[in-house]
Formats: sequence, C-alpha cells, structure tokens
Amino acid sequence: MAARKATKKPNVSAEELTAYYRDMLLIRRFEEKAGQLYGMGLIGGFCHLYIGQEAVVVGLEAAASEGDKRITSYRDHGHMLACGMDPNGVMAELTGREGGYSKGKGGSMHMFSKEKHFYGGHGIVAAQVPLGAGLAFSDMYKGNDRVTFTYFGDGAANQGQVYEAYNMAELWMLPCIFVIENNQYAMGTSTKRSTKSPSYWERGAAYGIPGEEVDGMDVLAVKAAGQKAVEHCRAGKGPYILEIKTYRYRGHSMSDPAKYRTREEVQKMRDERDPIEQVRSMLLTGKHATEEDLKAIDKEIKEIVNASADFAKESPEPALEELWTDIYA
Amino acid sequence: MATEILMPALSPTMEEGTLAKWLVKEGDTVSSGDIMAEIETDKATMEFEAVDEGIVGKILIEEGTEGVKVNTPIAVLIEEGESADDIEASSAPAPAALSGEEGKAAAPATASTPSEPPVAPSVDLSPDYPEGTAMKTQTVREALRDAMAEEMRNDDTVFLMGEEVAEYQGAYKVSQGLLDEFGSKRVIDTPITEHGFAGIGVGAAFGGLRPIVEFMTWNFAMQAIDQILNSAAKTLYMSGGQMGAPMVFRGPNGAAARVGAQHSQDYAAWYMQVPGLKVVMPYSAADAKGLMKTAIRDNNPVCFLENEILYGRTFDVPDMDDFTIPFGKARIWREGSDVTIVSFGIGMQYALEAADKLAEDGISAEVIDLRTLRPMDTGTILNSVMKTNRCVTVEEGWPQGCVGNYISSVIMQEAFDYLDAPVINCTGKDVPMPYAANLEKHALITTDEVVAAVKQVTYR
Repeated sequence: MAARKATKKPNVSAEELTAYYRDMLLIRRFEEKAGQLYGMGLIGGFCHLYIGQEAVVVGLEAAASEGDKRITSYRDHGHMLACGMDPNGVMAELTGREGGYSKGKGGSMHMFSKEKHFYGGHGIVAAQVPLGAGLAFSDMYKGNDRVTFTYFGDGAANQGQVYEAYNMAELWMLPCIFVIENNQYAMGTSTKRSTKSPSYWERGAAYGIPGEEVDGMDVLAVKAAGQKAVEHCRAGKGPYILEIKTYRYRGHSMSDPAKYRTREEVQKMRDERDPIEQVRSMLLTGKHATEEDLKAIDKEIKEIVNASADFAKESPEPALEELWTDIYA
Repeated sequence: MATEILMPALSPTMEEGTLAKWLVKEGDTVSSGDIMAEIETDKATMEFEAVDEGIVGKILIEEGTEGVKVNTPIAVLIEEGESADDIEASSAPAPAALSGEEGKAAAPATASTPSEPPVAPSVDLSPDYPEGTAMKTQTVREALRDAMAEEMRNDDTVFLMGEEVAEYQGAYKVSQGLLDEFGSKRVIDTPITEHGFAGIGVGAAFGGLRPIVEFMTWNFAMQAIDQILNSAAKTLYMSGGQMGAPMVFRGPNGAAARVGAQHSQDYAAWYMQVPGLKVVMPYSAADAKGLMKTAIRDNNPVCFLENEILYGRTFDVPDMDDFTIPFGKARIWREGSDVTIVSFGIGMQYALEAADKLAEDGISAEVIDLRTLRPMDTGTILNSVMKTNRCVTVEEGWPQGCVGNYISSVIMQEAFDYLDAPVINCTGKDVPMPYAANLEKHALITTDEVVAAVKQVTYR
C-alpha cells in the first residue's frame, strides 16, 4: 500500500464551501476566545486549543451521518463544535459553571453529549482508542451500520493500547475509523524525535487495516478521505486508518512556551497552509462569495462566540450539592 | 470601541509576570493570532497573541516591567477613527474571576458530632430468600455460571468477553457451556490484551451494552486498571450524569496455591477505594449467584472479586427462578456475644474456622461476611460491635491500607465508647507472596492467628 494523497474534488458547491468556512471559523474564534478567558483566569487548569487543526474535524463531520459516534482526547473543543454541540454549553464547561455540558464537573478535557453521540473528551493519552473500538463494537453487536470516529494524536499513536485496539478491531471487523491527527508534536516532542517509522497509518498494515495519509490543512481532501473511510466501514469491511497531517499554531496547552519549534515555522504554516484562508480564497476567487458576504459571516461568528463567553461568565458555579451527585447511576 | 488588553494568566498557577518585550508599537494594526508581546511567567517566557483586531492605541505597561499582576490592563486596542487620546485606562487590576473560597465541600460523608451519643444504626436484617425455599448443592463455579446464563437469557445486551471464556470454556471453567447456549456473538474469546479489551468493554458499555469482562485473574487486570478507574468509574461524574459504564469486571482475586508473587495479590482494598465503582467479594455459592445477578443488572461498573480456591467449594444455593442479593447488605453467618469477627471472600474460611475453635474455649464469636465492600454495610458491623465491644477483621491482603484499616476507623469514629479493646486487623503478611510451600503458608493469614487475635481483644 503506497501512501496516497487524496485528490481534491474541484466541483464543490458554494453552499458547501461556505459551510466549511463558517464551521472552521467558529472553532478558531471560539478557541481564541477560550485563550482569552484563560488569560483572565476564568478558565483554569489545562486548556488545549485546536487552532490550526480545524479542517480535520470539519472535513470528517462532513462525511458523517446521523447516529455516527465520535470520541477524542483532551484537545476536544473543535470536535464538539463540529458535531453540533452548543458553544454556550462548551464554553460554560470551560469556566466550570452549571450551564456547562457536564455541569462544570468535567472541564476542558472531559465533556460529553449523548444527544450528539460525542463520547468525550478523555484525559489519558490513547485511552479513548480502545473505547472508540468498543463504541464501534456496540453498533456491530446491535446490527446497525453506524461508524465511530476515534480520534487521537501522533503522541498517542505510540501507546501500546492503540495496537491492542487495532488488533481486535480488525479481528472483529469493527466499524471504526481511527483518525490520527498528526500535528507533528507530542507536547514538545516532534515526531522525528519519537519514532523512526516513516508514517503512522502504515502501522495498520501489520494488522491488516487499510489507511492513507491525508492533507489535514485541506478540508476538501479531509472530507473526501472521510467519505472513503466511512464507506469502507459501513460496508462491513472493518476498520480504516486516516493519518491526517495537520498543525497546531498554539502551544500544547496554555502554559506551553513552545520553544521546541521556531516562530518562523509556525508563521510559514499560517501564511501558506492555513485551512480557513484556503477556503476563503476559494470562495473569493471562485466568485462564490464577496468580501462583504464573508464579513457578514465573521460578524455572525463573533456574535455567537461573544454570546458563549457571556453565557459562560454569567452561568452560576454549580451548587455545592453537585459534589455528591452523578457518582452512581 | 476601545478594548483593554489585560495581563494574561499563562499557566494554571501564574499570578503575576514580567512584560519582557513588546513586539508591536503604538499605531500598529493587529489581527487575531498576531504575537503582541513576550511575557515571562514563573516557568517560562511565553508569546502572547492578539485575540481581537484593531490598532494598538496605547501601551500602558512598558517592556521590562516586573511583577505585573494578572488582569492588569497592559495596552488598549482602538478601532479605525478612534483616537488614543480618548483613552482613560484604569490602572488597578480587575477583580479576580473566582474567589476560590466558595469551593469548599459540604461536610465529609461520615462526619458526626462527637458529643452526640452513638446510636445503633438501622440495618436490613431481612433474610436473603423466603423461609422454606428449596435448596440445591452447587459449587461457587456453577453458581457464577448460572447467574451469568440467567442474566444473558433475560437481557440481549449482556455479553461475556475475556481470554479463553468461549471455546476453552473458561480458564477456570466458570463459563462452561455458555458458548454452546449463547453463541460466539455473546461469548467472545479475546486475544491476550487486557488493557485493550477492558477498554473495548467500557466503550461497548458507553454504547448501550452490558458487558461482563472476565480477567483470567485480577493480577492481569493491573494492565487494564486505567480503563477500570479513569474510563469506567469516573465517566458518569465527568459527564454530569449523561453516560456511564453499566458493566461487570470479574475474575479470580488473591492467592491461589503456589503461583508466586505476581499471581497472588488481593485487590480488595485497591478497588474499594474508588468512588464510582462497586466492589463485590463473595464467599459462598449462594452469595456468588445472587450478587452476580445484581452486578449484571447494576447500572454502574462493578468489580467482582472471585477466588480460585473457592470455585470448587460446595454450598447450598436457593433453588429459585430469580434469586438476587442487594449490594451493601452484610450477612451474619453466626451470632455471638463476645467478639465480632468481620471478613469477606476467602477470609471467611479463617473467620468461621476460628469461631468454631473459639467456641470450644467458651468464646462466642459473631461472624459477619461483608459480601460487598463498596457499598459497605458498616451498620451491621457497628450494631454487632455495640453488642460485643470487640472486633477482629480478617483478610488475605497486605496490612498497610487494608480493608480492616477502614473498618477500624469507622468503628473508632462511630462506636469508640463501646470498644473494650483495640480492633485488630488480621491480614496477609507484608511480603510479596513466596513460592516455597512452607513460606506461602506463613505469608497468608491462618486460623490460629485469628484465634490469637480474638484472645487478645477478649483478654483471655
């Protein structure tokens, strides 16, 4: 199996492109606002921003259908917004308030939505990978054709339980898409300093799982690869691996000075590969939208994000009784 | 409208920092994501990015300033057409977002006012099954198998997974016959991959199934303990009650015979400590059956700690259509007046033998089998201790942080005035399990040690 870049689909509608622009911009502006609230002390603890990686979740959500499941790590805000969770509930969870998705008891890394089939939000690196395989197992057991998107990073990709999950996923033909979001740094350790294997998706071959590498800064390429993977899983052909090459602009978490890479490297990526700028330029050059149209979207997004911040500040802290609830069902 | 830019908190613990360097100057236009300044925190020098678009109207804090408090305005952004001269910036830091003082918890779970006289707690003394119920003789192994089979017949979402559970019929033959009855969809052999299949089991529970995950022994579950604690036990809480893991983790726990240090550990105290888990450790076949059925129906993750030596023991089991035992209800095996012996699991064997021997010496021991460790029926223990005024606990696990330590502390807090002697915890010795037959025998608890402990607390 040779590495293959998914080819771009040039014939994409204005509506579709605009939706991707809007969804990616929502994540970016939301994350910038979260960073700002963190700076003000309104968000505590660890806070891992998704800025730069927006095309991954937006592209894959475009390939998903109602009832499909998703699960990810602690860098989870983008996934939640992309699957339709309410920005107010997400932001209020970041500030640890009653209006948050987990009533303020989960925080940035531990959020869930049964309604949107979002199964977390997990703080232990790679623990979500067997969990995702288990979610896929539940759908196979029930005999439906739903698939599970199991996201993890290049750092998690070196954990043993990933390969335990691969082995059983292929053995039992689980409808699980393993999505490796390779942003090239596991906290401060670059992929080059953590493995000699040339790519992560190729490791699936040891278990018989097909996969491919995808340009994660190109939302259309991500969507196309996602559709292929979904088709494979729905057809009962077992799991599929997508290694999506992406880049995070910010540090690993808010307290990361990011001294392990140069400012020029980050700036080059922002200038040349930014996923939002790419769609913006397609919209403008293809005459799908005017500057005015896009400004209106920017304004709308800004309002949504500001409203989420207001909600997250105004929502009260959870009642002290909440300390003792939700321990047992 | 002018926007104040505040000194950011750039780590979970930062309260102030040094504004090391401005990378923009007054009059510069910035857009979100542009690096505006370098700020030194207590840990590192960080770059600080603009969130909003605008023009740098005024820099309020010069570069090189040390000890700038978080939330102090450091610059002002203005929009096109605005003048920096209009800006009237406040110089005091904005109030902190959260006081941190309000987060104090309500009273701890077990607190009671010391001046209140201790009252005997009310406990459930109802029999486990109606008087006159017909009994049949079964091994613990058969009782566990029957419990799983009955629940699998009742509920299609219940399935069993683990190493050698299907074609091999169970490494200890607990799942004998289940593959034949339920097929390979519901009785699933896994590869040897505890961490992985425990995680898949938890994921399947999140997805609406009721998995029974068998560990060939609980010793091997240490490879999976992260999934048991971090994923299964905590998710209900972390999700604000939206989703949890209704499932059973089960397998033999503690020492078997001559299998050495890595196969002989008792995990009762480990799992008992975790909120979100329920922990069961039965002794008799009837309890194994009734509690396993309850465990499978429970909407929480249950750690079911069995024992290899007990698998082959025979007990009377009520011959009923649907026999269940609630969690958190201890069983009084024999009533007595001079001392309370509290145990669970295979510890009951020593407790009951000791009670027989003590009776020969004229000492009347009340023997309590806890059966479930979380929730724990401390009420039955306290009632008994208020009657006997003495207590000995018995378990095979290690002494430091053992189950008996917890029981002792509950008795001390709730019934101190009733005690006529310190509580003694009889435990396994504080050593890894040796292989040599004579050493192994000494490493485990013995009946003679229980007898000696009782004589000590009864001053005989």
